[in-house]
Amino acid sequence: MSIRERLSGNEAAAIAMRQINPDVVAAFPITPSTEIPQYFSTFVSNGVVDTEFVAVESEHSAMSACIGAEAAGGRAMTATSANGLSLMWEMIYIASSLRLPIVMSLVNRAVSGPLNIHNDHSDAMGVRDAGWVMLFSENNQEAYDNLLMAHRIAENPSVRLPLMVCQDGFITSHSIENIELEEDEFVKKFVGTYKPEHYLLNDKEPIAIGPLDLQAYLFEHKAQQAEAMKNAKKVILEVAEEFEKATGRKYSFFEEYRMEDAEYVIVCMNSTAGTAKYTADLLRDKGIKAGVLKIRVFRPFPAEEIAKSLSKAKAVAVLDKADGLNAVGGPLFTDVTSAMYVNDVKVPTVNYIYGIGGRDTKSDDIEKVYNDLAEIVKSGKVENPYRYLGLRRDK
Amino acid sequence: MKDINAKTPMDKLTEGGTIYTAGNAREFKTGDWRSTKPIYLKDKCKQCGLCFPVCPDNAIPVNKEQKREDFDYDYCKGCGVCAKVCPFNAITME
Repeated sequence: MSIRERLSGNEAAAIAMRQINPDVVAAFPITPSTEIPQYFSTFVSNGVVDTEFVAVESEHSAMSACIGAEAAGGRAMTATSANGLSLMWEMIYIASSLRLPIVMSLVNRAVSGPLNIHNDHSDAMGVRDAGWVMLFSENNQEAYDNLLMAHRIAENPSVRLPLMVCQDGFITSHSIENIELEEDEFVKKFVGTYKPEHYLLNDKEPIAIGPLDLQAYLFEHKAQQAEAMKNAKKVILEVAEEFEKATGRKYSFFEEYRMEDAEYVIVCMNSTAGTAKYTADLLRDKGIKAGVLKIRVFRPFPAEEIAKSLSKAKAVAVLDKADGLNAVGGPLFTDVTSAMYVNDVKVPTVNYIYGIGGRDTKSDDIEKVYNDLAEIVKSGKVENPYRYLGLRRDK
Repeated sequence: MKDINAKTPMDKLTEGGTIYTAGNAREFKTGDWRSTKPIYLKDKCKQCGLCFPVCPDNAIPVNKEQKREDFDYDYCKGCGVCAKVCPFNAITME
């Protein structure tokens, strides 16, 4: 039976970690994810978990300790945000290339500078090509559920990749909402025990991890990672199906909200999807066929499925909470449009950079996007596909 | 592991390049990193035993009679430490 509670996103993540009871948690505090290791260290002090908590001196060491623990044969978890993730960057690639299924709770925050501690997705987008599975969460419930499913995906023998569960800093990490928690016993059983085939502390099989990998080998090892990322798609759906059977909560690559006959579609990730759904409802009441495509699985990128879902729309707006600073658009926009192109879906599509550095995005802003889409359909052309939403500007 | 080489297809390589056997550094011949080469002049050598303990790569083999033999160029990286410590000029660097 599910337990009804009211929790912040950070509390939800910490409780998921308590129920998972990993062997090692190594973390360094950084706003807005600080509370996750803080709550978790309380669980350690109170003896409600068996975890070795490593209070490291930096995020680089946090990820290094997780790599060591996972390579040794343990289950390792961490949490971080923004510049903490930036400091981990070198080790982020080591974790995925050594095929260590570490699970991270990433509470999204703007990467400085200038200095900002509020939400956008620039931290996650900085590691989007690092070979981690990346799940995004609209609210505390999804942050919790994604963490419960994380190890089953990451540790699957056909995947063996690290995984990060993203949620929006402050907007969901510090907002208290209703949530349904699962029983400790259920989580324990669902997540299962970690039994790696090969691990460093196995005295029956001495192994070497991370050896020199020169011209004759690195190419093939990267292709293996790419293969594992493709395999993850199937595993993500299988785990979601099993999770739905047990909890009744349905997950897939993305959520299609009022998409059956939608003409104007907004594609977005994390908490903004809530605002977009609310706005779509308001517009539907006025007879405007608005829909929302909320991406949950960003890596692996479900390109074919997204293209199919968007194929019947008349106009699409992709909302990016991080700018690509490449003079053409944000990272989600370039991924979505390339998915459409490759799959022969030709729908007028625009990009909106929004919410950078924690700028509020209200239903009025979302409504403006839907209005712009209607304008595009009416005029039949996209004037400028790379736009900013709610930017102050004289001309 | 011995069957993995530069022609092995990706599906036969281990994940992440992990090596599932111990003591395999021997299989990795690092001698071609060498830019200068020590030459052993047997006639000048007094078998004083100062050179082989300082070799960082164990590239000076010592036989059962406790006497050094010629260099093992499979592993010698040409650092020249042996030539430096030799009191009899029995090792020259080329």
